[in-house]
Amino acid sequence: MNPSPAPRSRLSGAVIDRLFGWAARGAALLTLALLLGILGSLVVGAWPSISKYGLTFLVRSVWDPVQNDYGGLVMIYGTLATSFIALLIAVPVSFGIALFLTELSPAWLKRPLGTAIELLAAVPSIVYGMWGLMVFGPILATYVQQPLQKLFNGVPFLGAFVSGPPVGIGILAAGIILAIMIIPFIASVMRDVFEVTPPLLKESAYGLGSTTWEVVFKVVLPFTKTGVLGGIMLGLGRALGETMAVTFVIGNMNQLNSLSVFEAANSITSALANEFAEAGEGLHQASLIYLGLVLFFITFVVLSLSKLLLARLKKSEGAKS
Amino acid sequence: MAAATLSPPPVRAQGAQTTPNASKISVKDLNFYYGKFHALKGINLEIPEKKVTAFIGPSGCGKSTLLRTFNRMFELYPEQRAEGQIMLDGENLLTSKQDVALIRAKIGMVFQKPTPFPMSIRDNIAFGVKLFDDLNATDMDERIEWALRKAALWTEVKDKLHQSGSGLSGGQQQRLCIARGIAIKPEVLLLDEPCSALDPISTAKVEELIAELKNDYTVVIVTHNMQQAARCSDYTAYMYLGDLVEFGETEQMFFKPQRKETEDYITGRFG
Amino acid sequence: MITAPNTGKRLIDAAEQAERRQAKFASRKWVNTIALALSLAAMAFGVFFLVWILWQTIWLGIGGLNIALFTESTPPPNEVGGLANAIFGSFMMVMLATFVGTPIGIMAGVYLAEYDTTGWLASVTRFVNDILLSAPSIVIGLFVYAVVVSTFKSYSGWAGVIALALIVIPVVIRTTENMLVLVPSGLREAAYALGTPKWKVITLVTLRAARAGVITGVLLAVARIAGETAPLLFTALSNQFWNGDMSKPMASLPVTIFKFAMSPYENWQQLAWAGVFLITVAVLGLNILARVLTRQK
Repeated sequence: MNPSPAPRSRLSGAVIDRLFGWAARGAALLTLALLLGILGSLVVGAWPSISKYGLTFLVRSVWDPVQNDYGGLVMIYGTLATSFIALLIAVPVSFGIALFLTELSPAWLKRPLGTAIELLAAVPSIVYGMWGLMVFGPILATYVQQPLQKLFNGVPFLGAFVSGPPVGIGILAAGIILAIMIIPFIASVMRDVFEVTPPLLKESAYGLGSTTWEVVFKVVLPFTKTGVLGGIMLGLGRALGETMAVTFVIGNMNQLNSLSVFEAANSITSALANEFAEAGEGLHQASLIYLGLVLFFITFVVLSLSKLLLARLKKSEGAKS
Repeated sequence: MAAATLSPPPVRAQGAQTTPNASKISVKDLNFYYGKFHALKGINLEIPEKKVTAFIGPSGCGKSTLLRTFNRMFELYPEQRAEGQIMLDGENLLTSKQDVALIRAKIGMVFQKPTPFPMSIRDNIAFGVKLFDDLNATDMDERIEWALRKAALWTEVKDKLHQSGSGLSGGQQQRLCIARGIAIKPEVLLLDEPCSALDPISTAKVEELIAELKNDYTVVIVTHNMQQAARCSDYTAYMYLGDLVEFGETEQMFFKPQRKETEDYITGRFG
Repeated sequence: MITAPNTGKRLIDAAEQAERRQAKFASRKWVNTIALALSLAAMAFGVFFLVWILWQTIWLGIGGLNIALFTESTPPPNEVGGLANAIFGSFMMVMLATFVGTPIGIMAGVYLAEYDTTGWLASVTRFVNDILLSAPSIVIGLFVYAVVVSTFKSYSGWAGVIALALIVIPVVIRTTENMLVLVPSGLREAAYALGTPKWKVITLVTLRAARAGVITGVLLAVARIAGETAPLLFTALSNQFWNGDMSKPMASLPVTIFKFAMSPYENWQQLAWAGVFLITVAVLGLNILARVLTRQK
């Protein structure tokens, strides 16, 4: 029965408690510092380019390391175009998958199929990139691009749209690979929100004599629209920031000679991946960092929008119940 | 009748008067299973036409289950199945060749919780109508007004038809659901504890509505509130653990029940 | 109500209406069938690509599997070799990044769940964390380049470790917070009632209760960085030879694959496929392990 250890341990306990709390707080502050650091270093690094071009950088299409003159239009276009194509394909397919998993699939199939989709999400993008370059690209060239080129040969607008060397690279290839990459993300979110739709709501629609499609499209989808939009934004953010899946197949050309989706092009991420290591200090590197800043800004906007939507969903769910 | 100028009431095939206690729905040897669990045991029941029939009984007795067999709502869930006959207009609903969606158009349902669709009041009512009839704008507006009047909701919402259905109070939402069900001109109305989520004033309004609705529709109501059954219904069926214990005119059931089990339940000896 | 002369007309009207309803329903049924068929097709589409990609990876990668893969370093073009240095580099950097990033992530998650659940710092941190979580990983690489590589004037394994750690931290923060929040408050209160100091409650009770979920989160973070290429491109760069010195450029599997796959040399491409196979096995294995752990709890 020694009385002295008790006060000592209580004192050191309080000290440890304080330290622990500070450590936790510090870790949280670190994330804030990180974000500010990233923004700061990007701006500083891009400054030579920002001060030279200002916002015109966004609309100039020249990119000439020899003459030291740069403009980001080609890359920005590439990023936006590939992401747009990806969304165009991914959203309907994800909707179809979510519909299948919630309404059509027999119970024993739901779990394995759901897992399969989630595993697709885990595959690293470099795998997609390599597969795209070595396997998918050539197939795209033989079975899609060449027939299309024969079909539209001579047709004024459409012909130009599918022109280009038939090697299966370019914006379309990158867009398709991106679509396959983001489908698991969007499909999972859609499936999750479809699944928590109140059964009574669906039964009400069935009770009026609706078909399955009508129930999902006219009642479940409007009910879940905020969550669905949030999921789409998530997928979009992923597509915009993706590097490897795009770099392999986009062709890495810094000129926009034509509007063809089969021509080589460039995206912000692939330009960075290919050129940054060799770019000497100076305007070249600064312009590349400027591109990185633009990309960061775009993904930030997309993310904020999706958070806003999801917050609104949470609020309206609360009001309803 | 003023209502006749808005749109004609549903037509009876015979045209002659229906006998006072003609059956709208005849249930014969109905058995229902949740997986292996035998939930309804050999139910035999005649639901009289254009009257209000109430299903009462303690929790788990199968009254909602029975109600949901009438519009085959159980088919949404693979582990539920029904065997037997449910005759509507001479045809067995359970084995009918007709698509279930068309059957459900004849049988409207209102649930325990109000379930307005995420759209405007107007679109809620129009939803069911658009599934089956191609009405022009004027006819649609007429139908919407008719349905809302029938559900005693018109005066309260006529100025805000474009507002969302979820902005209404609970009682109003439930009447909206009733209007939505009526708009497609069903022959039968199934009400599954429609007032359980409502306050007493809204409940009274809905009960008034039920008394009126039976002029045009056969109404079947499931309620765990015996007093409500006594107030609203013409006929009552008392169920216990999947069996139909007794069925008869409400007045007789409540004042002179024929079975002791019925009397025990009604007098509150158990619940 | 229904007078005799009108009955005939009403009967005909009713029959017509029934016919129109039937026709309308037929077309609705058709739309329904097509929609459901398309949804089945979409599901098949997804499964098809998963199977195709995995199959190709296994088929093309397994051919390159041999002992040399693990014992020899990357060769010059058209010579025999392996991926030993790349595998080692990836292993070292992933491991170190996990050791560095996990404690920070867990502590921040602890802060969000146990100290300041609703305060302004917590809300801001959560928002910032989400931004970091979905920031393009190549931008993280740029940041580390500017701060570390520029300053020390050299690419290094440490820079790669930092870049990967910066990706681990947001993932671990998110999963740790989510898991801690699920621990019932009754558990904490019981510990406090015994007079336990806060830090002990957290480490001995709450974290322990959420252990499985937190570990799963870490595993998922590891799986994520194991496959990341972009953040290593201008931090660790790459190294043709065996290198155990973290302060020099280090080879890694993803970057090596990138370089080899884009090249025209066949032996390099073969090695790239073998590398892709290894990464896929590792990443899927970690994911499945994480799932098994979650299901057990």
